[in-house]
Amino acid sequence: MDWFYTFPHMNDDMLRDLKKTIDEGFRGFTRSYGDVIESLFTPLQHFLISAERFMLKTPWPIITLLILAIAYAATRSLRIVAGCLVTLLLIGYFDMWEDTMRTVSMIFVCTVLSIVIGLPIGILMARSNRMQRIVNPILDVMQTMPSFVYLIPVVMLLGIGKVPGLIAVVIYAIPPMIRLTDLGIRLVDKDVLEAADAFGADNRQKLFKVQLPLALPTIMAGINQTIMMALAMVVIASMIGVQGLGQPVLKAIANQYFTLGIFNGMAIVGIAIMFDRVSQAYGKRLQKHREIAHG
Amino acid sequence: MADHAFGGIRIRNLYKIFGSNPGAYVEAVRNGLTKTELNVKYGHVLGLRDINIDMPSGSIQVIMGLSGSGKSTLIRHINRLIDPTAGEVLVDGTDVVKMSETELRTFRRQETAMVFQKFALLPHRTVLDNTVFGLELQGVGRAQRIDTAMRWLERVGLKGFEQKYPNQLSGGMQQRVGLARALANDAPVLLMDEAYSALDPLIRTDMQTVLLDLQKEIRKTIVFITHDLDEALRLGDQIAILRDGEVIQQGTSQDIVLRPADDYVANFVKEVNRGRVVHVEAVMTPLAPGNGAPHGPTIAAGVTIEEAVRLLASAPEGDITVVDATGKPLGRVTFRQLAGAMVNAQETGHRAVA
Repeated sequence: MDWFYTFPHMNDDMLRDLKKTIDEGFRGFTRSYGDVIESLFTPLQHFLISAERFMLKTPWPIITLLILAIAYAATRSLRIVAGCLVTLLLIGYFDMWEDTMRTVSMIFVCTVLSIVIGLPIGILMARSNRMQRIVNPILDVMQTMPSFVYLIPVVMLLGIGKVPGLIAVVIYAIPPMIRLTDLGIRLVDKDVLEAADAFGADNRQKLFKVQLPLALPTIMAGINQTIMMALAMVVIASMIGVQGLGQPVLKAIANQYFTLGIFNGMAIVGIAIMFDRVSQAYGKRLQKHREIAHG
Repeated sequence: MADHAFGGIRIRNLYKIFGSNPGAYVEAVRNGLTKTELNVKYGHVLGLRDINIDMPSGSIQVIMGLSGSGKSTLIRHINRLIDPTAGEVLVDGTDVVKMSETELRTFRRQETAMVFQKFALLPHRTVLDNTVFGLELQGVGRAQRIDTAMRWLERVGLKGFEQKYPNQLSGGMQQRVGLARALANDAPVLLMDEAYSALDPLIRTDMQTVLLDLQKEIRKTIVFITHDLDEALRLGDQIAILRDGEVIQQGTSQDIVLRPADDYVANFVKEVNRGRVVHVEAVMTPLAPGNGAPHGPTIAAGVTIEEAVRLLASAPEGDITVVDATGKPLGRVTFRQLAGAMVNAQETGHRAVA
């Protein structure tokens, strides 16, 4: 009756051997291909470094003005611009400017990468049900797998640093981008698509003139979600050497520095709210034509 | 293209069966399998059965039927938004069914334009940008397409609304945009799928007038789908009545009203305002040929009973002579005959047959 109370599991020795074999196999793979894979990611690293250098080397008043200008161009709302200004000034006043700039540049690169990779995948998913059946479970795994688990092979392959952090953040943040692109295109009014067909649109014309413009508000919601999720990963990414607001938080956890933790935590919240309000207001402005109804 | 006269549309032995394996049942349906049997026994839906319609170039062909009769399915076969199960759709002599994907795209861009029941405008584009849509797909230059679009927008009465978004317009105005978009294509075939069904009655009559006025100058081959018999009688040079995927009667408005093919059509026609549809020659007493010159007031053949009554009501007592286009008298009609025809279906029916 022993099997009834303890689950009859694989022989201990066999299990140990299995794990050992897989580990050794992967280690061997890392040893022989690690350099090649690392060189594949060099362009990404250059992108990251130059983005960060730009944010850090440019004098703070110019960066502030730049951010405010982008916020105004996207939202046309002075209230949001004022909010951004106060947030940035407070962050600078409490001496978190450099870390914030590192984090912002990291989020920027992650978001760009997520859009560049996520948008085409989302479009392909919307076009074929089979593609959707294949990609959806992968996205589920990406969103639920604890980040530390996929950090192990990434760190083994690429070591500690910016690029592994970037990969970890993108894996975590890209699913909403893909899902909402797929959803947005699938929700496009069938009647309008039929009209495009009737006027002889080819697939390219349908995509760029009908599907993407009509899906844009949904896609914007996806970008907003991606930014928020990337920010949520900042602290975890700091464990594998990503600089920015995450590292002081990590230090605060280790040494129980309450105030340090709170300040940097608030800074993360501050830029999260900034990004969120600006991208949402922009998304809303895109669908202005829907709101002014005939009446 | 310019010096080639458009050859009209001919639909030949068209069948459409919906289901997983439609091809397998065409033969059975040809041999008399009914719609119900097909559905119950084999789980397939009969969309269209043996449709044969000739639509001459430059005329308005109305296809009338209630919902579920297959009329929207039929119109989608003309530009092959739906593929038939069997049969031919000849547009200007070319079988649309046999076209490759590229040929079909070119055909849709150059030869057809469509107006939809739910307008199907692009909500993110202004009225002007919606109107240029077809030309944009064809690759027409920007200046030229805006020029063409502006002309048609003005023609349908939307001057000054170019920069509005569809959502800012009423249903009737949105459909004017739909019409302008279709006309800007300058295609010989204009497909109108219940184009006015979503509009309220006053606007609908208004839009019918717009279409009839336009047709006098553009002379397109128009296929107009409707469930409204009054609309069908007003617009159609030719009318085909569809029921359960089959054509049960084809003809002019006179044929439909005066000689309904069966009880189903007769039932429809009963409610129609006959005075506005039936022509005077259907009620007149014919004259023997060469029976002298007309005396008293005359009226041209092809005028409706209602107009004849209006004329007679203001004329002195007596009857009126119906003359043909050359002025030759065809028959005489009395006030009593006209009044009788307006209220009594039997009267006109008998005389027309006699």
